Amino acid sequence: MSSQDIPEENLPAAQDTTAGAVKLADEKNPFADPGLPPHEPRIQDLDERAAKRSERTVALLFTLSMLATVGFIVSFVTIPVDQSVYIFMLGHISALNFALGMTLGVALFAIGAGAVHWARTLMSDHEIADERHPIEASPEVKAKVMDDFRQGAKESVLGRRKLIRNTMFGALALFPLSGVVLLRDLGPLPGTKLRETAWSKGKLLVNMNTNEPLRPSDIIVGSLTFAQPEGLDPHEHGFMTEIAKAALMLVRIQPDDIKDKQSLEWSHEGILAYSKICTHVGCPISLYEQQTHHALCPCHQSTFDLSDGAKVIFGPAGHALPQLRIGVNDEGYLEALGDFDEPVGPAFWERG
Amino acid sequence: MSTTTTPESRSRGKAPAGEKVADWADGRLGIYSLAKANMRKIFPDHWSFMLGEICLYSFIIIILTGVYLTLFFHPSMNEVEYHGSYIPMQGQLMSEAYKSTLDISFDVRGGLLIRQIHHWAALIFLAGMFVHMMRVFFTGAFRKPREINWLFGFLLFVLGMFTGFTGYSLPDDLLSGTGIRFMEGAVLSVPIVGTYLSFFIFGGEFPGDDFIARFFSVHVLLLPGIMLGLVVAHLILVFYHKHTQFAGPGKTNKNVVGMPLLPVYMAKAGGFFFLVFGVLAALSAIATINPIWNIGPYRPDMVSTNAQPDWYMGFSEGLIRVMPGWEINFWGHTLVLGVFIPLLIFPLVLVSIAVYPFIESWVTGDKREHHILDRPRNAPTRTAFGVAWITWYFVLLVGGGNDLWATHFNLSINAITWFVRIGFFVAPVVAFVVTKRICLGLQRRDKEKVLHGRETGIIKRLPHGEFIEVHEPLSQEQLHTLTAHEQYKPLELGPEVDENGVRRKVKMSEKLRAKLSKGYYGGESQIPKPTVEEYKEITSGHGHH
Repeated sequence: MSSQDIPEENLPAAQDTTAGAVKLADEKNPFADPGLPPHEPRIQDLDERAAKRSERTVALLFTLSMLATVGFIVSFVTIPVDQSVYIFMLGHISALNFALGMTLGVALFAIGAGAVHWARTLMSDHEIADERHPIEASPEVKAKVMDDFRQGAKESVLGRRKLIRNTMFGALALFPLSGVVLLRDLGPLPGTKLRETAWSKGKLLVNMNTNEPLRPSDIIVGSLTFAQPEGLDPHEHGFMTEIAKAALMLVRIQPDDIKDKQSLEWSHEGILAYSKICTHVGCPISLYEQQTHHALCPCHQSTFDLSDGAKVIFGPAGHALPQLRIGVNDEGYLEALGDFDEPVGPAFWERG
Repeated sequence: MSTTTTPESRSRGKAPAGEKVADWADGRLGIYSLAKANMRKIFPDHWSFMLGEICLYSFIIIILTGVYLTLFFHPSMNEVEYHGSYIPMQGQLMSEAYKSTLDISFDVRGGLLIRQIHHWAALIFLAGMFVHMMRVFFTGAFRKPREINWLFGFLLFVLGMFTGFTGYSLPDDLLSGTGIRFMEGAVLSVPIVGTYLSFFIFGGEFPGDDFIARFFSVHVLLLPGIMLGLVVAHLILVFYHKHTQFAGPGKTNKNVVGMPLLPVYMAKAGGFFFLVFGVLAALSAIATINPIWNIGPYRPDMVSTNAQPDWYMGFSEGLIRVMPGWEINFWGHTLVLGVFIPLLIFPLVLVSIAVYPFIESWVTGDKREHHILDRPRNAPTRTAFGVAWITWYFVLLVGGGNDLWATHFNLSINAITWFVRIGFFVAPVVAFVVTKRICLGLQRRDKEKVLHGRETGIIKRLPHGEFIEVHEPLSQEQLHTLTAHEQYKPLELGPEVDENGVRRKVKMSEKLRAKLSKGYYGGESQIPKPTVEEYKEITSGHGHH
């Protein structure tokens, strides 16, 4: 906005042709400002009985507020916290919450309504015009300030003693670094943590709901089963962080219907184990269409074709769901044949 | 006001107690000088000036209820087993944060009410700021000298969004935890530093044990502290600049017409605080908000359908949902454009409205103060830009709720996603063009009204049989109000060669400015307002309408 070199004639004519609010109507200019319209009295200004009515209304509202506050305290003391009540249209809701909210609401609203009614009907409603003054200082004030500043700057000798100036700037520029360094311990460095999950060779697939190891016969065609690695205990510290990466979903598809060759190789009797964590921004995928073998993330609707290597067929996800290689151990339980061979969940810079 | 001389000799017993207290305070704080300038300060009246008040009051209510909630809330991610009074959750593992939120809702008397007032007030606060901002935008109240206050308000809106986001994440329920996970994914998409940022925010891998406590201090201390400062600055500037007013009889750019602070606005504004608070309390009595006990505690491997953020985050949700999943892999690195581009557009959407006042003042080159508000129709390009922005915002909001649109209106989610993808580019343009046409139409109507009077609906039959509609001439008040606005002339660059035949150098920026100015104020963009000569010619004699 440096070059404000617009010639004056491009700006509209000065907008305030009238000097003030009281300029009288102009015969020559029918558009001229006729000035503030005359005050129109309200019924309360003319009729004392109407004013009395307004006064009573305001007092009634304030009294209602007092009663409602008493009601609030009585409700608080008498209504048990776990009692429910049936309110028409609202159904069964907490009696205490309803009573407290309504009494508080009335107590506050009545004060507000009383005050506004008072202001509108009984307080003077004469409009008043106040002058505005330009915000910019006058040239004299500006000159004085500039002089003062120059004087102050000169007396500080900052301009003359360059050594002081430069070292001061240096010191001021450097010291915030301490604050930045202090932030370092907010968290550890990522390392390869995002590449590793709790899965490893031989870990059994445990049903998320029953906490029992899964056999191939537990997984039927058309169902969606959620699994976690054995040994993960929700009571243990760190469970959340592990399950955030290790959560698995199992589906069974007729081997003939599996289009992706590697996917078929990594499956067992048509049982496919995919990461449950969406590759978009990490929501757990939980919707499965058994006819089309599509899995859908309920957060942002990324859709994956589980029969075709869990490739993205719609939505904002950027790559397929990682698949876990599974087999069956000697006792007939499903087990992992290793960790995921790529990071699960959302993509990141080092993912590659 | 009051007497300027303070009689030293006056016996202390004689002055009323209130005055004595005021004297005492004045000797230390100088309150009389303060009151002289402000006690009878004039505020103009218009319903739209209440919108900012709603924001202020809901902000105060949020602080009051929020302080109460901190007395009971435990910002901790320690896993505990629940044995409180809410039967369906018995024995479940949950974080202390979630458990204490259950306790506030079921065991603390009135706790649920305060929690619900807090959340409702937050929604009203953000909705209020949005509408207030639009009021300021469409009436041109952001013009000099109020550009800085516009920015303060904008910052409050943005900080309010993040305070809301950190706030609804605190209960650590399944829905909000999913929102945090989304945030983690978004942070991870940042090139080069994303992974490190994420590890620093969460104290390691997601979810870790830290983020609730960290969000808590951001939510109750850092952001509200900044916002409180901004609110105070915002109000000081409103007082200092004096409020804007609409054009009308007796109202000029050099005065402010209305009622005094004491008593009328003290009563009206003070009363309005209680009205807002009362409505919020009643709303919280009858309308459940964020029933975390139905949603369950957070587990990173679980999710509920219909996962939606609070409405003010909806447009960012829309961005992330409709963006195609672009990923570029090179030299062992991944550029997650599918998430990173929405992350960049998110601030862009917001900033595009924030910088508008500066663009407009650059185009007009107008350095005068403006205290008379524009009617939106009289600034067609500005109004069209604003409507285009709102359209943009709402198209993205539709994208953010594409699953709800699909289930409620039996539409294909793919079709809605494609609608938003295309609408993101097309809808604002359409809205711009349509709005501008509507504004010009309304300007023509105003001109017609000024020149020919108001249509009365009375049909008169003339002696020779012709039927005409009687037009009633407008009063001078109305004529003045409809013609008080200014109309800029488009900027002229002047001849390409000067009087000596030498080519003038015109900077590219000046050319752009002239083009924009033509777009703003050229013949296509405003209807010349009626002149006194036109009016006189039409109204003089003939008796013709």
